[in-house]
Amino acid sequence: MIHGSVIVAKEVCKGCELCIQACPQESLGLSNQINHNGYRFAVLIKDNCTGCINCALVCPDAAITVYRQPKPVKQPTKVLESA
Amino acid sequence: MGQVLTMEGMEIVYEKPGTLTQTPFHFCPGCGHGVVHRLLMEVVEEMGIIDQTVGVAPVGCSVFAYNYMDIDMQEAAHGRASAVATGIKRVLPDKYVFSYQGDGDLAAIGTGETIHTVNRGENILMVFINNAIYGMTGGQMAPTTLLGQVTSTTPFGRESSHVGFPLKITDLVAQLPGAYYVTRQTVHTAAAVRRTKKAIEASFKYQMLKKGTCFIEVVSNCPSGWKMTPVEANVWMEKNMLPIYPVGDLKVPKQ
Repeated sequence: MIHGSVIVAKEVCKGCELCIQACPQESLGLSNQINHNGYRFAVLIKDNCTGCINCALVCPDAAITVYRQPKPVKQPTKVLESA
Repeated sequence: MGQVLTMEGMEIVYEKPGTLTQTPFHFCPGCGHGVVHRLLMEVVEEMGIIDQTVGVAPVGCSVFAYNYMDIDMQEAAHGRASAVATGIKRVLPDKYVFSYQGDGDLAAIGTGETIHTVNRGENILMVFINNAIYGMTGGQMAPTTLLGQVTSTTPFGRESSHVGFPLKITDLVAQLPGAYYVTRQTVHTAAAVRRTKKAIEASFKYQMLKKGTCFIEVVSNCPSGWKMTPVEANVWMEKNMLPIYPVGDLKVPKQ
């Protein structure tokens, strides 16, 4: 499975929880700390992010940067010589 | 709690567009304005038209759009964004011009300007954010407020006997011959955000054909005005607003 990760700009996040709803892997949650503005910010709570960017798309504050493993390069298959 | 994974060996697949400034949005948590701001700026960046785009900011919650969008912006008087955009487009016909307005601006005080701009077929893009309430002033009734919806000026719900019916201004402008592309979208799910981005992208491209006005309504939420959490507001919007304001293209260019 393709592995991904997100970085949430914690001082920009307002804790609206829309990314938590949008995540199909349920890998986001709210932090136990608060940021400078007094909001609990979104953090990765599980290691199963696939980098699908759904959270970044719905984020109203453009706080999320998404990373993903590059797609594996397909190895050329062996061409069988016709008999 | 820190970062769970290392970023080594990974590539960035999504980040904040460079056309948005570093200023954090002043919008309430969960507000749809931020998403539409970002989508507009993503399209401008991807099309490479940063120095050819002029935006017109309205009065309302999105009044500070010029602080967030790192392109040429002009502030307009309340409701007059489409009139100002008309002037800019006529003086600079080769620029991409868009106006960005909310429902208090476009559908209330600026109804006349809106209808006449589209009727003249000005080659601009009008982005209309409809959240069925006046958010900036404290949640009063807007022309787009739903029947029965509780706001601070309709505490028992909007009644048509006093204050009429929800104004479907997008349906009105779709009937005008000057309109080239009219669509209604939302930004409450990832799929909807992708569709809205496609609509914005198409509208910017249609502008240079000089065939008429492009009009995009984005049905959005107002968690503070509706007195809900952002997640509840999106559920309420889907359940109550989308039946009245159905998503889809109202007018598409003939091939």
